[in-house]
Amino acid sequence: MMDAFILQAIKYMDILDIAELKIPLQKVTCLLGESGSGKTTLLRLLNHLISPDSGKIYFMGEDLSELNPVELRRRVVMLPQTPVVFPGSVEENLLQGLVYSEKPQVPPEKLTMVMEKVKLSKELHTPAGVLSGGEKQRLALARILLMDPDVFLLDEPSSALDELTEKLILDSLTEYARSQGKTLIMVTHNRRMGDFYADYTVFLEKGHIQKTAEVAACE
Amino acid sequence: MNDFIRIGVLQLLAAYLFLAILIFIVRKRGIGREQEIFFAAARMTIQLILVGFLLEYVFSQEHFLYTVIILLIMLHFAVRNIFSRIRLSIKPELKRVVIISMLSGSLLSIAYFLFVVLSLDPWYHPRYFIPISGMIIGNSMTGVALGVERLISGMNDRKELIEGALMLGARPSLAAKSVVNDTFSAAILPTVNSMVGMGIVFLPGMMTGQILAGISPLRAIEYQIAIMLGILGSVSLTVYLLVHFGYRAFFNTRDQLQL
Ligand SMILES: Nc1ncnc2c1ncn2[C@@H]1O[C@H](COP(=O)(O)OP(=O)(O)OP(=O)(O)O)[C@@H](O)[C@H]1O
Ligand SMILES: [Mg+2]
Repeated sequence: MMDAFILQAIKYMDILDIAELKIPLQKVTCLLGESGSGKTTLLRLLNHLISPDSGKIYFMGEDLSELNPVELRRRVVMLPQTPVVFPGSVEENLLQGLVYSEKPQVPPEKLTMVMEKVKLSKELHTPAGVLSGGEKQRLALARILLMDPDVFLLDEPSSALDELTEKLILDSLTEYARSQGKTLIMVTHNRRMGDFYADYTVFLEKGHIQKTAEVAACE
Repeated sequence: MNDFIRIGVLQLLAAYLFLAILIFIVRKRGIGREQEIFFAAARMTIQLILVGFLLEYVFSQEHFLYTVIILLIMLHFAVRNIFSRIRLSIKPELKRVVIISMLSGSLLSIAYFLFVVLSLDPWYHPRYFIPISGMIIGNSMTGVALGVERLISGMNDRKELIEGALMLGARPSLAAKSVVNDTFSAAILPTVNSMVGMGIVFLPGMMTGQILAGISPLRAIEYQIAIMLGILGSVSLTVYLLVHFGYRAFFNTRDQLQL
């Protein structure tokens, strides 16, 4: 099994202290841990939005600190915990990821398709600011699906959703990742979700890896 | 020029009656600002007297060094003034950008205005060089001070949007674009607006001065239009340099946002 990320002797302020962590390639990894345990911080390290004070992170076998940060972020896209909505319409928001990552624009059918994938039924010209919290979350998710990166770092992608919508979306998300060979690294707020969707789970406790577990495949 | 009314010392003293009235009212009503008002008026008087003597002396000198030294002093105080006006903490990298954009932007504009628009001869002619430079530097200073403040607060206020853009693989220049553009327009807006009311709501100071000195209003507006465009150009150039290079101070070499 190849690893997407390998972390060695990582220290970040007094927030994270990770002796070793491997995150498998083309698998669904769930990050679990109580509030303040460092989950978001870990994702930000992998997105190179912050750098560790010491230790090494490898992405696909290469030292992350030696890769161009902008290019890395185009392959390893992060969905923040509170969804970011840019000024403009739903359509502009969907396309914003492609604009930022300087990728070619996509045909309108693709927009409708990706909106369906996240169960968002809104007109494309709706101003994005009026969307509800859960709709914004799905909009942000659709935006990065459209970018089609190799690795998705999702920080509680379903925190603002009801149970049914959450299930629908995580189902379609993991199905997509598995069929397309994407690496999904996802912070989930409950254990049950982790066990259900993950191939691999990582438990964080006060910045330390408490345990990692391979979830028995029930496919 | 010959019908120019001189204000003598006695007449000048009569003008201080305005100040006396103000202080009287303030004291009577217990507003408690009389000291401040008095010292402000005193400072104004002393500073202007000193400047009057200084300029009188410099104008009588033939050497270009006098003009250059005064130019440098004005620039020095302009930069100091910018830093003292900003209440937010400012990074050393941004400080450097402020100094460089203020110096290069206003010097370029001054040079263009004096040597191309006015074709000044001799090039250091202090009677033109000093007041025109003063106007250009003063206005650029106001623009840059406003710009720095807007840039810092914009970067802080839109942290989420900027990091949100970085997470999606945006280059820092694109991630900061909205802050940079908004800062630019906010900082040049006062200058643009001042052109709108000019001549209707008020007569600009330089034009008033020239008219009082006996120059035909038609000659005075030529100068006023030219200088206004020079000011606009210099404010835009200095503020543009500021935002164009200044935003980078908020990112490190790993393209991470660092506030
Ligand atoms: N830049 C920072 N400076 C100082 N402390 C920070 C910084 N970023 C995060 N922290 C602290 O680090 C700890 C971990 O934060 P983090 O956001 O990673 O937690 P989390 O596991 O994602 O929590 P939650 O489930 O509530 O989102 C918190 O105590 C937080 O206050
Ligand atoms: Mg978090």
